[in-house]
Amino acid sequence: MLPFALEKARSTEDAIAAAAAGARYIAGGTTLVDLMREEVERPERLIDINALPLKDIHADGSDLVIGALARMAEVAAHPEVKRLQPVIAEALIEGASPQLRNMASMGGNLLQRCRCPYFRMLDAACNKRAPGSGCSAIDGLNAGNAILGTSASCVATHPSDVAVALVALGATMRVRGPKGERNLAVEELFRLPGDTPHLEHTLLPGELILDIRVPAGPYSRRARYLKVRDRASYEFALVSAAAALHVENGRIRSARLAVGGVGTRPWRLKACEEALAGKPVDRASFEAAARLATQGARPLSHNHYKVELLPRTIVRALEMAGEVA
Amino acid sequence: MTVQFIGKAHPRVDGPLKVTGRARYSADFNQPGQAYAVIVSATVGLGRITGMDSAAVERMPGVLAILNHTNAGKLPYRPHKAGIDPAEGERLHVLQDDAVRFHGQPVAVIVAETLDQAERAALALKVSYEGRKPIVDPMDPGAQKVIPDAAKRPGARTVADKGRGDADAAVASAPVRIDQRYDIARENHNPMEPHATVAAWDGDRLTLWSKSQYLVNEQAEIAAVFGMPVEKVRVICPFIGGAFGTSLRTWPHVTLAALAARHIGRPVKLVLTRKQMFFTTGHRPRTLQRVALGASSDGRLLGLVHEGAGETSRYEQFTEALTSITDFMYSCPNLRTEYRLIPLDTGTPNHMRGPGESSGAFALECAMDELSYALGLDPIELRRRNEPKLDESENRPFSSRSLMACYDLAAGRFGWSRRTPQPRSMRDGRLLVGMGAATASYPAFHAPANARVRLLADGTAEVEAAASDMGPGTYTSMTQVAAEFLGLPPERIRFRLGQTDYPATPSHGGSWTMASVGSAIRAACLAVREELEKLAIADQRLPVFGATLDALEWSGERLQRRGEPSSGRSYAEIVTSAGRPIEAAGSAQRDPNVASRYSMHSFGAVFAEVAIDPDVGTVTVRRLTGAYGIGRVVNPLLARSQCNGGMIGGMGMALMERTALDPRDGRPVNAHMADYLMPVNLDIPKLEALFVDEADPHVNPLGVKGLGEIALVGTAPAIANAVFHATGKRVRTLPIRIEDVLAG
Repeated sequence: MLPFALEKARSTEDAIAAAAAGARYIAGGTTLVDLMREEVERPERLIDINALPLKDIHADGSDLVIGALARMAEVAAHPEVKRLQPVIAEALIEGASPQLRNMASMGGNLLQRCRCPYFRMLDAACNKRAPGSGCSAIDGLNAGNAILGTSASCVATHPSDVAVALVALGATMRVRGPKGERNLAVEELFRLPGDTPHLEHTLLPGELILDIRVPAGPYSRRARYLKVRDRASYEFALVSAAAALHVENGRIRSARLAVGGVGTRPWRLKACEEALAGKPVDRASFEAAARLATQGARPLSHNHYKVELLPRTIVRALEMAGEVA
Repeated sequence: MTVQFIGKAHPRVDGPLKVTGRARYSADFNQPGQAYAVIVSATVGLGRITGMDSAAVERMPGVLAILNHTNAGKLPYRPHKAGIDPAEGERLHVLQDDAVRFHGQPVAVIVAETLDQAERAALALKVSYEGRKPIVDPMDPGAQKVIPDAAKRPGARTVADKGRGDADAAVASAPVRIDQRYDIARENHNPMEPHATVAAWDGDRLTLWSKSQYLVNEQAEIAAVFGMPVEKVRVICPFIGGAFGTSLRTWPHVTLAALAARHIGRPVKLVLTRKQMFFTTGHRPRTLQRVALGASSDGRLLGLVHEGAGETSRYEQFTEALTSITDFMYSCPNLRTEYRLIPLDTGTPNHMRGPGESSGAFALECAMDELSYALGLDPIELRRRNEPKLDESENRPFSSRSLMACYDLAAGRFGWSRRTPQPRSMRDGRLLVGMGAATASYPAFHAPANARVRLLADGTAEVEAAASDMGPGTYTSMTQVAAEFLGLPPERIRFRLGQTDYPATPSHGGSWTMASVGSAIRAACLAVREELEKLAIADQRLPVFGATLDALEWSGERLQRRGEPSSGRSYAEIVTSAGRPIEAAGSAQRDPNVASRYSMHSFGAVFAEVAIDPDVGTVTVRRLTGAYGIGRVVNPLLARSQCNGGMIGGMGMALMERTALDPRDGRPVNAHMADYLMPVNLDIPKLEALFVDEADPHVNPLGVKGLGEIALVGTAPAIANAVFHATGKRVRTLPIRIEDVLAG
């Protein structure tokens, strides 16, 4: 690990000023420290934001507001989260391991780096880590990589589980930077790799996520998260899906659907959502909608199975959402 | 043999040390003035080193030395081959030339004042290579199968071709036939504790605190590498944090630690990174197999062909018992087994828990299961119909064989009778449920071993052997054996292992530690009692003075004239009177006459229940039940713990473990605990290990057959067979992945 300076921020303003001057934010450190130990990340200055008052989780009317420094485990166990948006708790519990969930913050979760194996290997080409060096995954062992939103420069999958649920639910974030505060949709936080895969998010220099707001919707109670993976814990999704249904008189009025493990960012499936509207709550409707999910999918040499597994996962997640009383 | 302490559920004697952090592992033996070494690993998979910018790195803070092939000096590397080393080929000679034979081969070692400084220097060192594309996939058209050279010599240990009758013709003409191929992924051992060595020279004497399952061989090998007398090397390793075979051999990092320490004239600590444990510390070789079975319509085997090939390196021919258990498992007049190697541009594989047998059993037992469906016969009944009366490959009786007793015991406990035979016929809600079974077997080995017992005036005993305890509970079980044959409570025995100063023992592997070291301890205990008898009858101060040896008897730890308890004196009294501790050595090995008369193996039956999501293909193991015939169980607590670990390892083999190599450069892409999947607690189901009563008077004086390896064998085929029963989908590659279950 390279030497670095660590400062503790006493106020949000302190933190933003330090970050605007080049420091990197550190909260739980579960991604950053790991990558620093392998010298994939080499920050010279870290600003510790753990003391900032951004941990609160509360209901604002029927909206749910989650502080950016709330820990994954705290959010998952919080009664207001379970009452208002149970799918967020479900997605969080499916993520990482208990130890990591105790440390990792919500803001950090959204900004975690990708899990492409070549990203972590300093001696392998990776456009995300070393722009212009090439992509080792495209012709390499890419079973875990993305089939949607990929480019000739990068095929890395966005790893977060809870981000998939947040995108499905249309969550927004409050961020503050040197130029003040703004709101943006969680979905708009993530960039597609294009030919600049090293640029992963749309935050401006120094901007800090303050909190995440999840709006109430008629589908919030009928929402489920399904994660398909090779072991029961501490493993990233092969494919995951957050599905939410607004059902009236046995028919779907509206649906929300986003998927993980397949996209270069958490992947909202608006075409599937539209196809579900007005349909009966049954498997045939789900299957018809799920068929649209792989439109434009570009499988690689080792991840063809995701083209098969994605619609299956969607159908099952929709069934689970439909079964919620 | 009636027993008092053997067979008891004695808790681990070293448990308190381990749970309070007082057990010292190799990397804990920090030495005064110690420096730190970090290995620089090759980043090409084949080729040669063309340059190394050492000068820039030498100036980095704290850097003491950079050793590579240009300045390491020629090491003697005297010929040395232990039983654990491949019979053919020569170990990697580290830093002796510019050749890169596989990805991750050590090309330099950096020594610095602190670990951090050494790591930074290692990352900064620029090495240039002339690289070529390696061949790391046994399916690559450039990969070739060869007959193991070791099998070509007369009287060879390794057998490449074995058989009886005309197996191929018998299969071809049989009314019912199965002919399938199996592919098992490369696996790495991945124990929790990384390989670690602290090396310290004192003049021409070297001490190594080094993670090892075979201390006396590490001592001999390092002496050979450095061209020094064996007695100048000491190896110390009191505790091991799991090994599963990876520490059986002495790998290059031990040499590098000793070399670095000698170079800078200070003690050096070298700990491998997790990633480096995928490079030079062995792995379970990927294997390709074919099994062809021919049976009569009533389920009698008429012909059996088992062909297997395992990967090895270009510089050593690692062999394992891939097809061996097939030779005797079932009664079959026509049988042919074939074993080949596929040399690749990789490091040498080595034994990993249940080596060979677990891979071979996967192929054989999946084929048997498949045959049972083809016959419409219960899989257990198929085995029963082909249960041999003797080992037909050697034409000699089994010393004991409880296979069908294992099936019956485990089937009853598991509830096999609830199974409906038809695939996809059992459901739990929307989940598909499957039940599968498979046979396990592992040889009951025995190797020459030595031990020493010392009785002290305070009535306690010290027992010593250069053995290891990688987790099975050697400290505890050997204490029980010594207690048994000394007639002392275990609390008054201190068993010590993990030092080359103690009497030599064989490698701590192959499930032979209890058979070998336990028998040696028994011999030493009997010897020390005999020594005590001789002393006592010559000691005027003792009531037994003047008695003849055959007029004496033992009552626990008291020696008395036969039928005269009042003449009895304890160890403490006799030793105190003698004025010095009384010591005796013991050794044990298998009587070659017995060995040639009997076929000696453990057997077991493993049952698995799985639940499979038919939509998304996830496989959940719900229960594993194993019953084993392993001779005498020395400690049922430890034995069950062994089986739990073995079954979990078998689950990993079945569903998760796979070292994925990038074919472009031989790089393992998942050399990481997050990416190399093994079961986590949430995956691990209810596990049940049962032991059939089995008295085997032939294997060794203790009647034990060993347990560590067989506990892994059989689990993977039981799970694969359960997956078929649940889904009707036969997966013949390991690990079984979701995509395999979903595939059309």
